[in-house]
Amino acid sequence: MASKTININLKIWRQKNANAKGSMETYKLDNVSTDSSFLEMLDQLNEQLINERQEPIAFDHDCREGICGMCSLFINGEAHGPDRAVTTCQLHMRKFKDGETIYVEPWRAKAFPVIKDLVVDRSAFDRIQQAGGFVSVNTSGRTMDANAIPIPKHDADKAFEAAACIGCGACVASCVNASAMLFVSAKVSQMALLPQGKVEAKERVLNMVRTMDEEGFGNCTNTGACAVECPKEISLDNIARMNREFLKAAVTSEA
Amino acid sequence: MALTGLFLCTFLIGHLLGNLQLFAGGEEGKRAFNEYGYFMSHNIFIKVLSYTTYISILFHAIDGFLLAFQNKKARPVNYAYNKPSANSAWASRSMALLGSIILIFICTHMANFWWKAKYSSTPMPLHRVEVSAPGSEQKQSLYLTTTGSFLPTEGLVIKHGTQIYAPEVNLKVGEGYKDLHSLTVAFFGHDKSAEGFPANEFALLAVVLYALAMLTLSFHLWHGFSSAFQSLGVRHPKYTPFIQALGKGFAVIVPMAFASIPIFLYLTK
Repeated sequence: MASKTININLKIWRQKNANAKGSMETYKLDNVSTDSSFLEMLDQLNEQLINERQEPIAFDHDCREGICGMCSLFINGEAHGPDRAVTTCQLHMRKFKDGETIYVEPWRAKAFPVIKDLVVDRSAFDRIQQAGGFVSVNTSGRTMDANAIPIPKHDADKAFEAAACIGCGACVASCVNASAMLFVSAKVSQMALLPQGKVEAKERVLNMVRTMDEEGFGNCTNTGACAVECPKEISLDNIARMNREFLKAAVTSEA
Repeated sequence: MALTGLFLCTFLIGHLLGNLQLFAGGEEGKRAFNEYGYFMSHNIFIKVLSYTTYISILFHAIDGFLLAFQNKKARPVNYAYNKPSANSAWASRSMALLGSIILIFICTHMANFWWKAKYSSTPMPLHRVEVSAPGSEQKQSLYLTTTGSFLPTEGLVIKHGTQIYAPEVNLKVGEGYKDLHSLTVAFFGHDKSAEGFPANEFALLAVVLYALAMLTLSFHLWHGFSSAFQSLGVRHPKYTPFIQALGKGFAVIVPMAFASIPIFLYLTK
């Protein structure tokens, strides 16, 4: 299959550092292979910028195979671009037309401040995880084999689907309210569905939701944008499950 | 938000069922509507329900404004290019705007009817019937009372809204019905003044604005109905498709039925 190349115009957010005022800058990039990924296209642009002795564009990336959750980018008005169920590293340039103008922006949320150019600080997600996204296990030498506990296949599948969340933040970026409900609900669900997670279920959901609010994410108004843009297709079922868990815990908690 | 929203949905059903009586024509329809109005303002259970409704509307609105304010703050810098239509419905993203329009509508709606009926400085006219005695050409105006009997309008005075008094002896002789039917007909009616009420020269404008308000309500419910269930955690592969279908049906049928009343009154009265 002969590879096709396209010429594109790019409008990319440039911002020197967290405190600087950023702006959209225009770039022209020729001979982009339609087989290249979006990140490879940015590599090509950076090479061009370096050759022109300009500052290359900072963007997040790591595994480049859709499982690490590092790449982000709001491309042409959508998180991870126009394709469904893919991260930006899995988005290919064949999705764009020759001569097209492509807008590239960082995730926009108060809880995700821009560090530089297209790189945002997503450590708010880490702090939510630390607030309850774990199970406490006795490691005194008599640790029970997790597989020894019988778990219904249905529950195991649902927990696994929730655990597929890579924490990229596309849900926050897509949400009109910059709400983190899909992420937090996936992290709550993957534990709440399994017997190991039941022990700390109450404190987990209360602490994680409280931390989510403290980090400055918006409120969920059930637009469903998050689930559409999620590269791992995390379902809105998880948000309903977290709402149930939260109501149950909030009504019955002592504090 | 979800609880008050769903409660207000049940209020809409009750309010609609009551108002649909305006379709009933003639003296019998007028009487039924005014009797219904009297019941609604004199029953203790309805009183509790109405205060619950006022509080729900206030809570729903204030909570909505707070949420919208927080949500606005959660994204201080907007996207240069955003395409939200690719992932969500316009109504779902515009609940605060739609809700604000509905709140303004509720205020004008209550000023037009609720305030006039309850607190207006000029007392509400009571339900009257024009009859002529057998063999006589001359029409006589009578008050309909809550016992079903009639009292002449001449020589009697009205106190405390609905109480009919004989002035010389200062004795209550009957209890009348506020003529809410004529108030409504005069407000939306084509160009006819209903008894005791001046014709509304802006009736057409009122009908159009009411229809637009109901369209706004329709969009609000289109998202709001099923969204309330999701917020409460009610989501299940068996029931959610039904709830969503019910919500869409509710969002279309209820506001349309509401809007049909002023349109009907404008075209026929």
